[in-house]
Amino acid sequence: MKYWSQVRAIVRKDLQAEFRTKELLSSMLLFAFLAVVIMSFAFDPTREVVKQVFPGMIWVVFAFAGVLGLNRSFLTEKHNDCIAGLTLAANDGSAILVGKVASNLIFMLVVELVSLPIFFVLFDFRSKGSLGLLLLVVLLGTVGFVAMGTFLAALAVHAKHSEVLLPIILFPLLVPLLIAAVQATGAILAGQGFGEWSLWLKIIAGFDLMYLVVPTLLFEYLLEV
Amino acid sequence: MIKAQAISKRIGKKAIIREMDLEIGGGEFLAILGPNGAGKSTLLKILSLLMRPSEGRLEINGLDAVKEAEQVRPLLGVISHQTYLYDALTASENLEFYGRMYGVAGLTERVREVIKEVGLEFSLHDQVGTFSRGMQQRLAIARAILHRPRILLLDEPQTGLDQQALDILYQVIGRLKAEGSTVVMVTHILDYGLEACDRLLVLVQGKPVFLGNKPETLAGVRETYSLAVSGVRA
Repeated sequence: MKYWSQVRAIVRKDLQAEFRTKELLSSMLLFAFLAVVIMSFAFDPTREVVKQVFPGMIWVVFAFAGVLGLNRSFLTEKHNDCIAGLTLAANDGSAILVGKVASNLIFMLVVELVSLPIFFVLFDFRSKGSLGLLLLVVLLGTVGFVAMGTFLAALAVHAKHSEVLLPIILFPLLVPLLIAAVQATGAILAGQGFGEWSLWLKIIAGFDLMYLVVPTLLFEYLLEV
Repeated sequence: MIKAQAISKRIGKKAIIREMDLEIGGGEFLAILGPNGAGKSTLLKILSLLMRPSEGRLEINGLDAVKEAEQVRPLLGVISHQTYLYDALTASENLEFYGRMYGVAGLTERVREVIKEVGLEFSLHDQVGTFSRGMQQRLAIARAILHRPRILLLDEPQTGLDQQALDILYQVIGRLKAEGSTVVMVTHILDYGLEACDRLLVLVQGKPVFLGNKPETLAGVRETYSLAVSGVRA
């Protein structure tokens, strides 16, 4: 029980700090908004090929906006060596990772829920599939992205140029997850049947599991580095 | 009580701490002295479980500090030259956060108690980022004692402290000692802070070169320290 109350305390602290500074959400939202607007002007929304790359554009924006947030999440812990304070207070070091994953997930879902409707409006895109399924893919894809991203953000934070390092080490690991997310999103938006997207969804769920379990097991050792 | 048996710490091929035995009893105040690079802060990191020893066994209050770290961590309070505080949060939000992490009962009341002890009751709802260095260090003292630790570990706590904050720190140390808590302080400053300590440990190149009762006078401390350090270098 104490494990989860510590996770809750970390999430609450991150939300309180973000509510006060608005550093993280504002930069992520601004980036996502600008990227969607630029894309909508750069590509002709009426062309069929644009409709085909629409799911890819969504995930590219989510991924880059997400990296902005992930980069910041452990930099705040580095200041005043708060990560040491957290390590001293957390009974199990993995509670820190789980708490930070939960906070980052909240921030990223907020950005996605705001930017997704803007995508649909500016590209005049009408989905033929279920909105619920689309949101499920977005949620599952984001869980895997945030889980691995938060772990690598903790790893990169002590590096001199962590902001540059994180995308370099993160994106190669996320390629399979992002491909599966783009494919599942495309199939659902096109209104294809269960058989067309269920395999992609299973792949995303598999990566989610791996990206949640492996970092959780390794995080205690990472804290000592 | 802290009991270290033949603990060593190597980083790469370099030995930072070499086969050290150490026993510190309840209610005892040990000061760890040594020149730069002697391994003082590494030793304190091992004692505070921020680092695992490469070899040897560390027991804290009868518990294996590596295998039973979950039970050991709540027994420790750490004051470092870093404050471990969040600038974006207020003093009360910082203390409430750490209180929740440690599962402190009656948190609101306890926050009021410790904030009063460090004399920051009028800044309770101010953002820590607006505090002076001295105020931040006073709040860091409150953070470290919030969960009533049985062992207080101090790493160069004088850094950035003004006289008022130093007085508060020594009052807190005195109170904890009287209550039977163990206090371990790492410092390279011999001029102050050692009045209340019982024993001295002088470290040079990761090895204890002196472990014994603290001499009565400051001059005695200086002499002991000089002899211990020069003995190794000779």
